[in-house]
Amino acid sequence: MSLKKFLLKFSLILIVFSAFTGKSFSLEPKDFVQSVVDQASSILTTNSTKEQKIEKLKSIANETVDIRGIGFYSLGSHRKGLSDDKKKEYLDIFKKYFLKSFSSRLAEYTDPKIRVDSQKKINEKYTMVSSVLLETKDKPEVKIDWRIVTKDPSKPLIIDVVIEGVSLAKVQKEEFNSIIQSNDGDINALIASLKEFINK
Amino acid sequence: MKKILIITVTIILLGIGNVSAGTDEENSISKKNPGQTKDCFEKVNRGVFAFNQALDGVVFEPLAKGYRKIPVPIRRGTGNVLDNLSTLITVPNNILQGEFKKAGENTLRFAVNTTLGILGIFDPASGLGFANLEKEDYGQTLAKWGVGEGCYLVLPVLGPTTARDAIGMFSGTMGGGDPWYNITVKNETQYFTDFDYYSSRAATGIDFRAKNIESFENVEQNSIDFYASVKSLYLQDRKQKILNSKKVIDTMDDGDWEEIENN
Repeated sequence: MSLKKFLLKFSLILIVFSAFTGKSFSLEPKDFVQSVVDQASSILTTNSTKEQKIEKLKSIANETVDIRGIGFYSLGSHRKGLSDDKKKEYLDIFKKYFLKSFSSRLAEYTDPKIRVDSQKKINEKYTMVSSVLLETKDKPEVKIDWRIVTKDPSKPLIIDVVIEGVSLAKVQKEEFNSIIQSNDGDINALIASLKEFINK
Repeated sequence: MKKILIITVTIILLGIGNVSAGTDEENSISKKNPGQTKDCFEKVNRGVFAFNQALDGVVFEPLAKGYRKIPVPIRRGTGNVLDNLSTLITVPNNILQGEFKKAGENTLRFAVNTTLGILGIFDPASGLGFANLEKEDYGQTLAKWGVGEGCYLVLPVLGPTTARDAIGMFSGTMGGGDPWYNITVKNETQYFTDFDYYSSRAATGIDFRAKNIESFENVEQNSIDFYASVKSLYLQDRKQKILNSKKVIDTMDDGDWEEIENN
C-alpha cells in the first residue's frame, strides 16, 4: 500500500471515529439504572473493607446522581432569596453530606439482587424506572423506583429513589425543612447540622 | 350524649374536622403533601419520641435482636399467625370501604389459613393463588370516607400516627370492630384471655421491629433530624397504604420537582 493510500485510509478512519465519538448517544434510563445497580452490586460483593467500598460508592454516586438537583430540591421554598454565595456554600457542604450519607447507607448491604423491570416517561425531564430488590430468607421483596433526570439524554442522572412508595428525597426535604423552621428560617442552622454530620 | 360530646371535642382539638365529603379521593388524599400534615404538638411529640427511643433501646431492640436468633421457619410461622389475625380487622374495613369482593377473598383466605394452615402458622392460601393480603384498618377507612388526617401524633409505645388514625384505631377496637379483641378482652370466653390479645399485639411490634433492625439503624445513623425523618417516612407510607398503591408515578407531586428548574 502506497503512503498516499495509507494516509487517505488513516484520515478516513479518523474522520469516521471522531464523528462517532463527537455524537452524543441517548442512554435508555432503564439500561442506565441497570448499569448503576450492576456497578454498585459488584462493589458490595467484593472482599474490600467497608471504607474502601464507601469510597468506590462515592465515586459512582458522583457520576450518576444529580447531587445539585437533590440539594436544591431538599431546600424547598427556603431556596428562594438565597444569595449566590450562600447557594454555593450550601451546595458544597450538601455534596459532602450527601456522598457520606448515601454511601454509608448502601455499604450496609452485602449482596443486593435488584431486577430492573420497566420504565415510564413522565415528561421530557423525568422518567421513572421500576425495579425490585429480590426477596431473601430474612426480607420480603422490596419495590424500588428510580426518578431519572433525562434533560440530557446522553447523561441520565438519578435524582430520587422511591422505596415502596416512599421518596427518600422527600424524606430529606422534610428533614431539612424541619431544621430550618425550628431555627426561624435560618439556613445557617442547616449548614451547621450538615457540617456536624460530615465531621462525625 | 357524653360520649358524643367527648368525640366532638376531640375531633375539634385534634384538627380532623376537615371532612371533605363530596370531594373525590384525589382531592382528599393523594394531593396532600405529607409535609403539610400539621405537627400541632411538636414539642410533646418530640418528647414522647425520645421516650419511645429510650424504651426501644432498653426493651424492643434487644427483644427484636433475640427474636432474630429464632430459626427462620418459626419466625415465618409467627409472622403468618399475626398476619392471619390482622385479617379480622381487614375484612370489616374492606366492607366499610365498599370493597366487597376483597372482603370475600380475605374471608376465604382467613378460613383456609386458619384450618388448612393450622391456626395461620402456614399460608396455603397464597399457594392456592389468593392475592397477597393488603391490610386495612379503621384509620384507612376514615380516610376513604374523606376524613382529614388531622395533627401528627407520637403515642407512647405505639409510635407515630395521626389524629384520624388514632381515633380509628381506638374507636374501631373498643367499639367492637376487632373480632380478636372481642373474643379475648371484651367478652369472657373459656378459650381466650386478655393475655392472648396483648401478647399478640406485642409480638406484632417485635416482629415488625425485627424485620427492620438494619433499616432503623441506617435511618438513625444517617439522619440529621431523626424525628423529622421518621415523621416523613410514616406519613408517606401511610398515604400509600390509604391509596392501596405503590405507584409512585400516580401519587408523586411532580410540581415539587419542576420548581428546581427555576434555579
